[in-house]
Amino acid sequence: MMEYAITICEGPTCIGRHADRLRAILLEELAKRGLKDHVRINISGCLGMCHKGPFLVVNPGYTIYGGVTESDIPVIVEEHIVKDRPIARLAVQEDHLFNRFYRIFGDVGFFGKQMRITLRNCGIIDPENIDDYLALRGYEALAKVLTEMTPQQVIAEVKQSGLRGRGGAGFPTGLKWELTAKQPGPEKYVICNADEGDPGAFMDRSAIEGDPHTILEGMIIGGYAIGSNHGIVYIRAEYPLAVRRLEIAIQQARQHNLLGKGILGTNFDFDIEIRLGAGAFVCGEETALIQSIEGARGMPRPRPPFPATSGLFGKPTLINNVETWANIPVIILEGAKWFSSIGTETSKGTKVFALAGCVVNTGLVEVPMGTTIRQVVYDIGGGIPGGKRLTAVQTGGPSGGCLPESYLDTPVDYESLAKAGSIMGSGGMIVMDETACMVDVARFFLEFTQSESCGKCTPCREGTKRMLEILERIVQGKGRPGDIERLERLGNMIKKASLCGLGQSAPNPVLSTIRHFRDEYQQHIEQKRCPAGVCKALLTYTITDACVGCGACKKVCPVGAISGTKKEKHVIDQAKCIRCGQCYTTCKFNAISRS
Amino acid sequence: MSKITIYINGKPYKVEPGQTIMQAADKLGFHIPRLCYHPKLSIEGACRVCIVEVEGMKNYVASCAFPVSDGMKIRTNTLELRQARRDIVELLLDNHPQDCHVCERNGTCELQRLSYSMGIRNRHFEGQRKDYPADESSEAVIRDPNRCILCGRCVRLCSEIQQIHNLSQAYRGFKTVVMPAYNIPMKDSVCSCCGQCVNVCPTAAFLEKNHTKEVFAALNDPSLVKVVQFAPSVRAAIGEAFGLEPGHNMEGQLVAALRRLGFDYVFDTQSGADLTITEEASEFLERLQGKGKLPMITSCSSAWMKCMEQFHPDLIDNISTCKSPMSMTGAMVKTYFARRLKVSPEKICSVAVMCCTAKKYEAARPELMVDGLRAVDYVVTTREAAWMIKSAGIDFLNIIPEPFDEPLGISSGAGVIFGTTGGVMEAALRSAYELFTGQTLVDIEVQAVRGFEAIKEGKVVMDGQEIRVAVTHGLGNASKLLDMVREDPKRYHFIEIMGCPGGCIGGGGQPYAGVNAIPLDEDALKKRAQVLYDLDRHRTIRRSHENPAVQRLYKEFLQRPLSPISHKYLHTHYKAKEPRGVIPRS
Repeated sequence: MMEYAITICEGPTCIGRHADRLRAILLEELAKRGLKDHVRINISGCLGMCHKGPFLVVNPGYTIYGGVTESDIPVIVEEHIVKDRPIARLAVQEDHLFNRFYRIFGDVGFFGKQMRITLRNCGIIDPENIDDYLALRGYEALAKVLTEMTPQQVIAEVKQSGLRGRGGAGFPTGLKWELTAKQPGPEKYVICNADEGDPGAFMDRSAIEGDPHTILEGMIIGGYAIGSNHGIVYIRAEYPLAVRRLEIAIQQARQHNLLGKGILGTNFDFDIEIRLGAGAFVCGEETALIQSIEGARGMPRPRPPFPATSGLFGKPTLINNVETWANIPVIILEGAKWFSSIGTETSKGTKVFALAGCVVNTGLVEVPMGTTIRQVVYDIGGGIPGGKRLTAVQTGGPSGGCLPESYLDTPVDYESLAKAGSIMGSGGMIVMDETACMVDVARFFLEFTQSESCGKCTPCREGTKRMLEILERIVQGKGRPGDIERLERLGNMIKKASLCGLGQSAPNPVLSTIRHFRDEYQQHIEQKRCPAGVCKALLTYTITDACVGCGACKKVCPVGAISGTKKEKHVIDQAKCIRCGQCYTTCKFNAISRS
Repeated sequence: MSKITIYINGKPYKVEPGQTIMQAADKLGFHIPRLCYHPKLSIEGACRVCIVEVEGMKNYVASCAFPVSDGMKIRTNTLELRQARRDIVELLLDNHPQDCHVCERNGTCELQRLSYSMGIRNRHFEGQRKDYPADESSEAVIRDPNRCILCGRCVRLCSEIQQIHNLSQAYRGFKTVVMPAYNIPMKDSVCSCCGQCVNVCPTAAFLEKNHTKEVFAALNDPSLVKVVQFAPSVRAAIGEAFGLEPGHNMEGQLVAALRRLGFDYVFDTQSGADLTITEEASEFLERLQGKGKLPMITSCSSAWMKCMEQFHPDLIDNISTCKSPMSMTGAMVKTYFARRLKVSPEKICSVAVMCCTAKKYEAARPELMVDGLRAVDYVVTTREAAWMIKSAGIDFLNIIPEPFDEPLGISSGAGVIFGTTGGVMEAALRSAYELFTGQTLVDIEVQAVRGFEAIKEGKVVMDGQEIRVAVTHGLGNASKLLDMVREDPKRYHFIEIMGCPGGCIGGGGQPYAGVNAIPLDEDALKKRAQVLYDLDRHRTIRRSHENPAVQRLYKEFLQRPLSPISHKYLHTHYKAKEPRGVIPRS
């Protein structure tokens, strides 16, 4: 049994409501059960929330019981102290699903400013043990749906919640469900898109590894809502741990009759299988993903028809991203009204970001929609390390955009990010400081999307290659006049003419950096200069008068470009220099300048 | 359903719902530029040339894929759109050889035409270009990835119409390339050599293996006797390569032109077709009497034969042992005709002009050798023959028609219709009926097996016995028909299968579609077929076994149908071949 501390408010109002008497009864009750040595009783002065008194605050966990009556005391002792089950009915604070997380981690600053809804169980349950999930109201939403709600009511609830697809495009989830449900059955599919491919993103991976049952529960509810008996999780083979935990979770769910025939004694059948992706970024695009499951080469096809009408094997298919599915049980249990109270007018709920780059705290961050980038980077992320200056924040993964410092107060929601020239995407957020060259960053991301283009449509396959070539020559100091305009011309065409989301967003890193950092491009092209000192070919190393002639740079130079006699100023032969920067880092006298 | 209103470039039009923007626009006289689109293939939406603006849509939409809806406002020709389309075609050109003047498709290339009509007169984005070796391993079809613009027509055709699934895109991004699985050479793949990829390719990424150089060399070798034959459907289509509309019979002109090229003897493959029918009808009657398996399936289409060996070897015993008309003609040239001429068969150069690329493969088959020699030394396609005629400066359209040479120049109407789907069946029934019943078939035109339906079925009653026949064309349809046979082996007695859609008239070696035409266009195929049916109707001899040339052959050389000597020279056997093909069952 755990050790507890119970604090009883004995301010004037609570005493007026016989708080002291409650204390006596509590002591008596504890004594009766032999718990006296295990529970410490404290009194406090006025808590201040007098209208809800009298109060009992149970710790650890800060559970506040308000309006406590004498008859509540034995119940609190029995349930909370003996059985470790806080009583939602008596708690002042509504006992939201995610409160458990905050009872444990709430005083950690990094978490305190987040709002963990989809990640509520990650880190606090054993993902390989269904009992842990069940203990935290796991599958309660499913039970509610199957016994108390019609499929139409489920869809109405999801619609009303305002949930939008977390895969990046932000299509209203309830509408998608409704469209799929309207299609004639009986054969329909439910797919979980877990083909997380953005470099540096690990939202979906963590969600599955930390709490696989939530995803399954969401999918089963989805199956019930649209009239499908067949679910598929399409997940990258490069996530072996996530795959294993999903497999275990599916097995356990089957054993508990949460998957399979006649789920929970109803006449609803549903089962889930896992399909492994072979590591193609484009297979995160829904039509390509479907092709891949069918055994074909993962290439997107034109929409319409949308998967809702003609998806997997030509059947109506409901496909949602991992994070979207993870929201479903919460919406059912807490209600659409509660869910839609979080976020902005058009973007409801929370969003998980993989915060990375030049920021003090990196990791997974879940915040309400509408939180500003500044809050994420500074309040949760702890700002930029090393006293450096923030240059840009890149959101939306490799097809997202780079936003400058002046856009830090942009709220993270679908519309605001798009307006600023970036996208929500699946939730990558990379912070860059002054050591990042924006042209090089754009080149880096485009290199990724170009090599991951499926090669089907001309703009994406050929166009991004030409854009990449232009960027490559710019960072090599071979940029030509008109290159910026060429990039814009190609980029805008590719955005509007490509077949799928990959192509339509591939130019974003380039177009957004041109929009916000045009000057950097111009310096690269016109002055052959990289302001951040990143683009090697554009750097010049020279030795200043601070040189004492120690010869350390001469020794370290791999190509013998440095000459000079001891105790005299040395010189770098620019024709020989390969700009490796070794002299620069070796010199103890700050005598080498880089420009 | 009632009509809806769409607006194109500001003007309202009433159109049928349920069609794409492109379909609606086509009917209204707006020809939206296009490249990967093909009406017989699934919608790819890959090239993005056919993009249009639709009000309310953030991005351009591919008009080939996007359905019209009431009130839709479409713009097809704005300045921004024109530039986007132009840039897209320019991007294709940037990754394509810049050597139109030395390209086989110079003048027939869709990319070349598009580039002109898009107004590409200068270039903005040139950079790295792909560099892959061409695959010239196949006897029939050459694959040159450098000329490929990845429209995916060949991939779709090979999978959807032929169901061979030999081609697919491989690798990603800029490195994407169309190839057989694991990039194995075409000759070791499941390619049937049908050459339909050549027909639908907008550029020269697929071509027949060219043999014109070898033929010109032989024509200039005075020690050789140069013999040429040409197939029925060549005469029905070659005019198109000289700018004629489909539907002209150019038989006499082609005979004359081939003589001008330097051939000593010009024979008619139709003569060999009559021989094939006489043998095949006799074989069928034997099988009908219990000697051999039924249904009997025709073997004259070389693409079908290769497909059968790799995809359907369980049906080998059902395949007629008769060689194709080309190979029979070739065999007679190297034996009967050589003896008549009193020249050694080594001294005869036997050339065939075929509508077909797979015939190049067939001619090289060791099973079809005649006394250790190839029956046909070189096969050139209709296209290659047309080019040779042009190249030699022969005025094809104005040349005075000439007749074939003896002894393989006479043919019956049955031999003519071999060139179109259903023709072999009709020809075989005409002879089989008479050989079986001893009576004359009154209604000689078997309408049930004519036309372009995927699978045609017919019945003939011979002496009270009902003979059930089926005809199909295109290898995908063949697979469907054969599944029906596997399910019910007694369903048919006799089956005709042609590898190409439409039969030989739609062969992989026929002239490329003209400027405003579409490859595989059914109207063009119908006109070609009509040429053959008209020729048949005007023949006095319309049954193969009545062909005097054939009768003389039996009298002087072959003795009788299915005689040992006939078997030696006119029949063969096929074997299962690796790699085995797999047809995905839906």
